[in-house]
Amino acid sequence: MRLLWVLILSSAVACTTSKIETIVIRGSDTEVNLVLKLAEAYMDSIPNLSIAVTGGGSGAGIAALINKKTDIANSSREFKASEKELAFTRQIEVVPFIFATDALCFIVHEELAIDSLTIEQIRDIYTGKTNNWSALGAIDLEVSLYGRQGNSGTFTYIQQRILKDDYSLRMKQMNGTSQIIESIKNDPAGIGYVGIGYVLDKNGKVTEGIKILSIKEEGKKAISPIDPQNIISGDYPVVRPLYQYLDGSPEGVLREFLEFEISAEGQRIISENGYFPIAEQHRKLNQNSLARAQKQD
Amino acid sequence: MHRNRIDQLFKILFKLAGFSAVLVLFGIFLMLLFNGLTAFKDISIVEFFTTTSWSPSAYLEPRFGVLSMVVSSILVTAMAMVIAVPIGVGAAAFLSEFAPRSLEKIIKPAIEMLAAIPSVTIGFLGIVLLGPVISDLFGTTNGLNALNGAILLAVMALPTIISISEDAMFAVPNTYKEASYALGANKWETLIKVTIPASSSGIIASIMLGMGRVIGETMAVLMATGNAVAMPDGIFSSVQPITATIAIEMGEVPYDTPHYYSLFALGIILFLITLAINVASDKISSDLKGT
Repeated sequence: MRLLWVLILSSAVACTTSKIETIVIRGSDTEVNLVLKLAEAYMDSIPNLSIAVTGGGSGAGIAALINKKTDIANSSREFKASEKELAFTRQIEVVPFIFATDALCFIVHEELAIDSLTIEQIRDIYTGKTNNWSALGAIDLEVSLYGRQGNSGTFTYIQQRILKDDYSLRMKQMNGTSQIIESIKNDPAGIGYVGIGYVLDKNGKVTEGIKILSIKEEGKKAISPIDPQNIISGDYPVVRPLYQYLDGSPEGVLREFLEFEISAEGQRIISENGYFPIAEQHRKLNQNSLARAQKQD
Repeated sequence: MHRNRIDQLFKILFKLAGFSAVLVLFGIFLMLLFNGLTAFKDISIVEFFTTTSWSPSAYLEPRFGVLSMVVSSILVTAMAMVIAVPIGVGAAAFLSEFAPRSLEKIIKPAIEMLAAIPSVTIGFLGIVLLGPVISDLFGTTNGLNALNGAILLAVMALPTIISISEDAMFAVPNTYKEASYALGANKWETLIKVTIPASSSGIIASIMLGMGRVIGETMAVLMATGNAVAMPDGIFSSVQPITATIAIEMGEVPYDTPHYYSLFALGIILFLITLAINVASDKISSDLKGT
């Protein structure tokens, strides 16, 4: 439905004033607000450019790129092998671009007597092996799992990188991050995963009613994602790059917009909105992706 | 001559209008069938109908088992009808037999207004209002479960059930009731033994129509039932009915993949269930009229 509106709007724009150039961006719900802010800032400086940003989930963005219905697919996860294959057969040259870093955190009800978990404990909870909080020394309640839906890159990231296994079928698949947060506030046995930007305000204060869990490794100090230093230093383990996938090498306004995102100004906007600047190795990947275009010129 | 030609023209136009509905119905069914059956090129039909894990975005091997979703749909619908039928028929009886005209004039439009509330609003109430109430009342940790969805769906089915049942009861000839009173029956006995049996075909039709609305409803269940694809083990389990699965996953799938076609196969199941309900309702009401 959202895609439909984008198509209607963008085609309407294209019909009436042919001089306006448009960029259609679709995908990750984690990225949608951030990219919107970047797009607004960029559109202010460039007249006759219209950037339409919509969500729908990383899967939706990637599907749209494969179905040739978007210029940029926002995705908080990498392409899956099956999607790469599909893109190849449809003659789409998938080019990755990384513009920001996101930290995910696990949240529980504020009254749950647990402050930190190991990755193994999280794995057991989400695969259904640990199904009562009493097994971890807390209240005797059945664990109530909250997660995202299959079209979410966050869903896939946790599945591929943290669980390395399937989610319990009992997990409640919620429509969006805000729904997870609201549910956890009311559910004394709930656990969910969300981007850190959604539960910390600009002053670093945690949203009321929930608790952000620290992640610990055996024999080491628990590391909290609340302190941004832990994320920038790489000590906090549940961190992922945020991707934008393109069909072929970016050119023209598309390329200029991507360059703006990773400029000092773009990265400042990203930091202000609860996300983190890109890491050094990701800058290299971006250079490769953009360099490809120059070679073709 | 001229008048005849106009008549002729309109006859054709109306015929076209009549057939277009049938054409659209067949078009939709053929599209569902064609796309849905394509799914079974890649997915075993036995696995599809007999296993309970539905996880198209699995870590290792995608799995397509619809059983738990079919059970969820049936469970939620059945519960909704258990709630809606007594309330709906009771309200209809009150309106047609007991309520003073002035009161009926207020209540009936109000009930019909209920049908105009968008389902997304009702779903939202399920999350913020009904969910916490259910969790407090029954001591569950959260209220996103089959019961929540069933109550919302019952509310959505009520206008249909009340409105059509009331019309049916109102249409029972007064002579029937007068004969009953003349034999010494009171109002209650007359209602149970004369009015309701005499209007049963209409009441059943209203229930079936309500059921059709309930099983096809998407937004409210998607928002309020919790969307867990496990086999439900009670009315407090989080469930994901067929409609919610289609709505959630249709946006994400790349076209022409097994997952894409399997959603059409789900559509066929839903279509067949609704068709069965409609055929059964036609059959029951015509049987009852026959006697």
